[in-house]
Amino acid sequence: MAIAAGTFDTLELRGVGRSFGGATALADLDLTVRAGEFIALLGPSGCGKSTALNCLAGLLPLTHGEILIDGERVDTVAAEKRGFGMVFQNYALFPHLTVEKNIAFGLQMRGVAKPEIKRRVGEALELVKLEQHAKKLPGQLSGGQQQRVAIARAVVLEPRLVLMDEPLSNLDAKLRLEMRTEIRRLHQSLGLTTIYVTHDQEEALSMADRLVVLREGRVQQVGTPEELHNAPVNWHVADFMGYRNLIDLEVSAVAGNAVTVEGRGLTLRGTAVDPAAVGDHVRVAIRPEDLTVVSPGAPVQGGNTTSARVSVVEYHGREFAVGVMTPGGLALHVRSDHAPRVGSTVELTADPDRVRVYRAELEDPSRMSVEERELAEVRR
Amino acid sequence: MSAPTAGRGTPAARRGGRAARGKSTASMRHRLAERGVDVSLLMLLPALVFAVVLFIYPFSYGIGLTFQPTPAMQEQWGAGIWSNYVAFFRDGFIFDSVWITMRLALPVALFNVLVSIPVAFKLRHRFRGKKALTTLLVLPITLGTVLTAQGLLIFAGRQGWLNRFLLEIGVIDQPLQLVNNYLGVMFSLIISGFPFAFLLISSYLSGIDPSIEAAAKTMGADWKQRFRRITLPLLAPGLATTFILTFVLAFSVFPSARLVGDASGETRVMALMAYRAFGELLDYPMASTIAVMMGVVELVVIAVVLLWRSSMYKGSTGGKG
Amino acid sequence: MTAHTTAPGVDLPLPEPRRKGSSRAPGEKALVAAPSTWIVWAGVAAFFVFLLGILTSVVVDSFGRPWFDTWLPETATAEWYSGAWDRFGMAEVIGVTLVVAVSVIVLSVLIGVPAAYLLARRTFPLKRTITLLFLLPVLMPPITYGIPLATVMYNIGLGRTLTAVILVNLVPSVPFVIMTMTPFIEQINPTIENAARMSGASMRMVFQRILLPLLVPGILAASVLVLVRTVGMFELTYLVSGPGSDTLVVAIYRAMTASGGGEARQLVSSMAVVYTVTMMVILIIALRYVSPTQLVARVKDSRED
Repeated sequence: MAIAAGTFDTLELRGVGRSFGGATALADLDLTVRAGEFIALLGPSGCGKSTALNCLAGLLPLTHGEILIDGERVDTVAAEKRGFGMVFQNYALFPHLTVEKNIAFGLQMRGVAKPEIKRRVGEALELVKLEQHAKKLPGQLSGGQQQRVAIARAVVLEPRLVLMDEPLSNLDAKLRLEMRTEIRRLHQSLGLTTIYVTHDQEEALSMADRLVVLREGRVQQVGTPEELHNAPVNWHVADFMGYRNLIDLEVSAVAGNAVTVEGRGLTLRGTAVDPAAVGDHVRVAIRPEDLTVVSPGAPVQGGNTTSARVSVVEYHGREFAVGVMTPGGLALHVRSDHAPRVGSTVELTADPDRVRVYRAELEDPSRMSVEERELAEVRR
Repeated sequence: MSAPTAGRGTPAARRGGRAARGKSTASMRHRLAERGVDVSLLMLLPALVFAVVLFIYPFSYGIGLTFQPTPAMQEQWGAGIWSNYVAFFRDGFIFDSVWITMRLALPVALFNVLVSIPVAFKLRHRFRGKKALTTLLVLPITLGTVLTAQGLLIFAGRQGWLNRFLLEIGVIDQPLQLVNNYLGVMFSLIISGFPFAFLLISSYLSGIDPSIEAAAKTMGADWKQRFRRITLPLLAPGLATTFILTFVLAFSVFPSARLVGDASGETRVMALMAYRAFGELLDYPMASTIAVMMGVVELVVIAVVLLWRSSMYKGSTGGKG
Repeated sequence: MTAHTTAPGVDLPLPEPRRKGSSRAPGEKALVAAPSTWIVWAGVAAFFVFLLGILTSVVVDSFGRPWFDTWLPETATAEWYSGAWDRFGMAEVIGVTLVVAVSVIVLSVLIGVPAAYLLARRTFPLKRTITLLFLLPVLMPPITYGIPLATVMYNIGLGRTLTAVILVNLVPSVPFVIMTMTPFIEQINPTIENAARMSGASMRMVFQRILLPLLVPGILAASVLVLVRTVGMFELTYLVSGPGSDTLVVAIYRAMTASGGGEARQLVSSMAVVYTVTMMVILIIALRYVSPTQLVARVKDSRED
């Protein structure tokens, strides 16, 4: 392949932060990226992930910290001199230039010779399968095609780092799945280093080598998809990773990691993630897939059982997603391999290993700002 | 770093010093960046220079001038530096022009806005010749008051086509006095102001998402309720702006007041008085005083309109937020 | 005129279906319009009759010899035009008008566009104050700032010069360019500039290759609007102009109000026709680039409607 990524060994973000006026959009981001990695920045809207990407790109000046490539500072370098490529959420194609000229633009800026430009644009077009649309204007293309132009425009420069800002969020579901595979394919075949911002946990889990979960401008957890999926470090990350059942309960017994929690007519055995003592208020997180309706005749797992009334049943292909209501008035999302009748009472069970028990507060109160502490007080 | 310092300090201290200095400038840049200050703000410079040199300075100079009345003024009205203002309020000849101006500008602005609303509503959908119609409406705006005045004098004069037509069909038996009085100025202001108001209101109307009104319709609102409860509040900011702009237009009228009005009587507007002081009496301080008072009177009207607007609806005019 | 249409019985149209004939059968209801529709149309028609009357009477007058107590003048002649041309130095007046208009356009675009760009794209300290400062001249009666400004001009010896005429006309024009260009720049997606920078374009290149081509329609529209306004601007020009720096409108005004009851009416009419024709030509060219609504409003005419 003629298009190949420029290289570096490590990209290091040290205490990177950005505030606007008094408001902090991003604080203390520390991250080391190795060449060839695919990193996803993940979080709900307003968590600071796009700010982080724009700071990295040089489009937003930092207000704290520094960015280094192989030990050399790049945060003082202008965006256009960093040699990064970027794909934007709304594509940001130049509306007055044809597809070809959009892709050629960056090469022209770098003073690449004309025949060379022609060759590389041709290759890039081939790469994203848009050869027959070369002479069209962006307005004449579909969303998916525009997105491919945007990607071609970024990779044709052989950037040492590709930044992607929710590139798939404006596409429909089917196209999104296709493009996911496409981006992953490009990443692997070109050996690109990619930083990818998204709010879609499924997207992030399926594409990235490592994930960075952000909340309110702060990093919550950095890890592989598996680590994040199986072992979120706090209930917020858990919530974001699809632990849809979050239940506030009280610890009644502790034996090492294994804790028993009670409340609202419910007793559960689970695994403590944070140190817990009897009487602590905790938040229990369980994935719907881990909380199942007991089939007639099947055993309950680890003695964890409770009964609940079925309120809604959805068919999900191989299994059923069931909404239930416990006698204590808790609405839970569970799975079932058969279709229970709405209004009937079913037995639920969960593996204690998959019942994760978190401290109810997200952070040390000492680390919170005054404002956050007040907010926490009010919530309680 | 200067040589003597370098000589005294150890290499390590020197490095430290340089690092510290680098850090402090960087954080200064950080702090400025956080507030949105950097070199590109220089693009604002030409416009700022323009505003200061051609607007702020002359205007402040003019205000200063109002406190330097001519000896003649001081003698006539006393009150030292305030004598221009005393003259403005006490000299009936000058002060009456405030009412004369208001009597002309307020009804005209109100008329232009109120008539534009139904017309804009009727013409808001697509129809053949819409572009031609709007183009024709632009005409009077570009013609300006001087031209309209000349046309009115001929068309609506005692022997003009209008009177001739009305006489011919027997509606009147004496030619109507339509120019060289209050009516003439009013006509001329409507001819140039109405298209302006209409085009403005049309464009505000087109900014309101039709589906908002459709939603109200599905909820059972009839056209009166839709207009009063949905469209009018959404249109209110636009109406206020339109009113203010047409008012400003009518308020500063001066060629037509002279040409088709009765410059020494019914249409002796403030602008005319200001120009008389400036161009004929060469009393610059008094001219500035009248000019400044024009601004004040207008500000009062604008403030009242904005007050009305804020009581209607606080927010954007639908559409693109 | 159309005063009675403001009565509260006006029927407001339902939101019109987007495509023709999508909701009603062809022909149905199309001919039976509500009375209010007729009132509105009648009002609009009356307005145009008035307007047409005003325009044509000037034209007829300018070609007529004696025209007093008849529907039309007795004989037609073109000699008022040659008369006016010589008497008022029309060649010079038109030249002055063009020089003023072009200078004002160029200067106000050069001053206004960069400022509009910053106002559209950035936040910075005192932004609200600065915006207000730029808009103030539009909200004020021209005489209010015109008289102090003219006084300053006369004090520094610029009175009755071409420079003064150009400078005073900048005062409403620059804010006007800022007002029209700011929303225009806002609707250009800012990430496009970011994308260009990420492709390695320097700020100059971003401006030259990406922004400028995208801004051209907006600049053209703004220029046309400034042109129309400057040529038609009477109040400010009149305050500082004199022989050799009068624009067309001012020259006509002077002719109408010249001592001794003004010049012969037909002379003025013929000048007025020259002015009207000039404006029409400008307008016809202008309307190729801008929608009529833009001549008065900063709001873009929606394409849907």
